[in-house]
Amino acid sequence: MEQMNSQDASVTEPMLKVEGISKRFGGVQALQDVDLQVDTGEHVALVGDNGAGKSTLVKILTGAEHADDGSFWFAGEERHFRSPLEARRHGIETVYQTLALADHLDVVANLFLGRERYLLRLGPFSVLNRAAMKTEARALLERTGVQIPDLGAMIMGMSGGQRQGVAIARAAGWGSKMIVLDEPTAALGVQETAKVEEIIHTLKDQGVTVLMVSHNLRQVFDLVDTIWVLRHGRMVGARKAAEVRPQEIVSMITGADDASGLEFA
Amino acid sequence: MAVVAPPSTDDRVTHRSVTATLLSRPEIGALLGVIIIAVIFLAAAPAFRSVDNIGTILYGSSTIGLMAVPVALLMIGGEFDLSAGVAVTTSGLAAALLSWNFGLNVWLGVFLALLISLAIGAFNGWLLHATGLPSFLVTLGTFFVLQGVNLAVTRLVTGGVSSNTISDMQGWNSAKAVFASSLKIGPVDLSITVLYWVLFTIVGGYLLLRTRAGNWIFAAGGDAAAARAVGVPVTRTKVLLFMGVGFGAWLTGMHMLFNYNNVQSGAGIGNEFIYIIAAVIGGCLLSGGYGSVVGASLGALIFGMTQLGISYAGWNPDWFKTFLGAMLLFACVANVYVKKKADQR
Ligand SMILES: Nc1ncnc2c1ncn2[C@@H]1O[C@H](COP(=O)(O)OP(=O)(O)OP(=O)(O)O)[C@@H](O)[C@H]1O
Ligand SMILES: [Mg+2]
Repeated sequence: MEQMNSQDASVTEPMLKVEGISKRFGGVQALQDVDLQVDTGEHVALVGDNGAGKSTLVKILTGAEHADDGSFWFAGEERHFRSPLEARRHGIETVYQTLALADHLDVVANLFLGRERYLLRLGPFSVLNRAAMKTEARALLERTGVQIPDLGAMIMGMSGGQRQGVAIARAAGWGSKMIVLDEPTAALGVQETAKVEEIIHTLKDQGVTVLMVSHNLRQVFDLVDTIWVLRHGRMVGARKAAEVRPQEIVSMITGADDASGLEFA
Repeated sequence: MAVVAPPSTDDRVTHRSVTATLLSRPEIGALLGVIIIAVIFLAAAPAFRSVDNIGTILYGSSTIGLMAVPVALLMIGGEFDLSAGVAVTTSGLAAALLSWNFGLNVWLGVFLALLISLAIGAFNGWLLHATGLPSFLVTLGTFFVLQGVNLAVTRLVTGGVSSNTISDMQGWNSAKAVFASSLKIGPVDLSITVLYWVLFTIVGGYLLLRTRAGNWIFAAGGDAAAARAVGVPVTRTKVLLFMGVGFGAWLTGMHMLFNYNNVQSGAGIGNEFIYIIAAVIGGCLLSGGYGSVVGASLGALIFGMTQLGISYAGWNPDWFKTFLGAMLLFACVANVYVKKKADQR
């Protein structure tokens, strides 16, 4: 998909537009007058040092926290999500660092948790259509490039990469408009990180909009179109990944005027 | 980075072995327990071998199993109910005292007792939600409250410590037929509670493994916050599970009433632990999110066999509780061990 220029918002309606969001926790100004824009189909990274306010911003956008000030538009409508569930109903799926998976259910049940398919509808006694869910689950995992050998296996015994894969597949699966990932690979090893990056790559090919938080600049440059930088709760700016040198992003993160001498790790 | 080729997701290739799957079932420890206990008593107690006694053993098991099934579901859903034992007595007393005091048809008393039992369950669930306290504390509270209510209300209405007999009142005979009759199948006298118990096990097992509610119970018990985040109505699920325990308490309470003609107001205390033990022997984790209904019923069967086996074998029944405690520890260790083995395959 061809990249939209984020300055050129009049051409296509952005998926997400954030204006002037502020949030205070007691004495800490976690966010101060923050703007952000994510275009349809775009992959965007939100970077910044520890405590810069990345998770807070993500939580506000996904209904887990509420802004003191400012507003945002999602898919063309102004929204004030009161809960993650409400955000989800409107098409924002979030994969948190602490993965929301049920350990003792199998992969299929986890993918369909909260939106089960039925053979027979009888309220809580509704009988599950396990065959249909399994077929759909297999297609979904294939589409997102998540490799799970045994769909009937419990989540319990799975590697961190596989779990993250299931969580992302679930988020990607249900016609959601945008997927939000907060540090999707922070707890993973090298190989598992590569797997999850492949999955995110596959989402790009399918035109799924992604907003991700990451501390890993190599990953950010590999995966996203636009990088937004937060520092001390303020949005410092946005750069096209293809047009910026990593050193410049580092100096935006740290606030150093002169990035010379800083090596890109 | 290259685009990934579609992976093979054919799960037939890497199915785990049948033994591993079997061993990883939560009820495997309880099944082994049933076999071991049966073998011990078949060898040690001649009366245990008599077909006539099967009915007696199953009866003892059923009075526990009727409660162990809903208690297991509740535990898988992540909560305890310490008031389950006295709630049985409350239900029996409610039916007896309401019928007697107001001269109601017994069936009306039975129906009111059902409402009261379900309300107690709903109250436990609501209190859990409203206070945010662990269910151990909340139901410890209702346990004491109900215990006091049972004694005080009974004394208020009858002046004594047990309900008046209502066996001469309208509806008694038909209600007794429903709650406390027995059927003769061949040489075996089978109490109707055994049928209810089997029914509970089938319905509960099906609910847990084949329905949406089952998935929600596992999810709510495993990680409530995670379940909520994906849209599982955790609070509603838990309230309904507590009401399920209330329903079991009602059925058990009605049996007690119609079987013994009256209800002792101090009865039922301590039984909550028997139910929990049956569920835990059956593979339920105290932390929630894991367990089995069939396992809980096997746990109840172990209880019934042990209780009667000890007396049939002529052993001193004083040791019964000790035996039960040892069984509990043994079953838990066996469950953990078998699970580890299964995971290694
Ligand atoms: N619930 C809260 N109560 C009080 N302070 C909070 C709360 N949540 C966040 N903060 C504060 O707000 C600031 C921003 O936190 P946030 O978690 O958004 O940072 P972050 O950019 O995600 O950092 P990290 O990279 O370490 O995850 C921090 O100073 C943090 O201590
Ligand atoms: Mg964070």
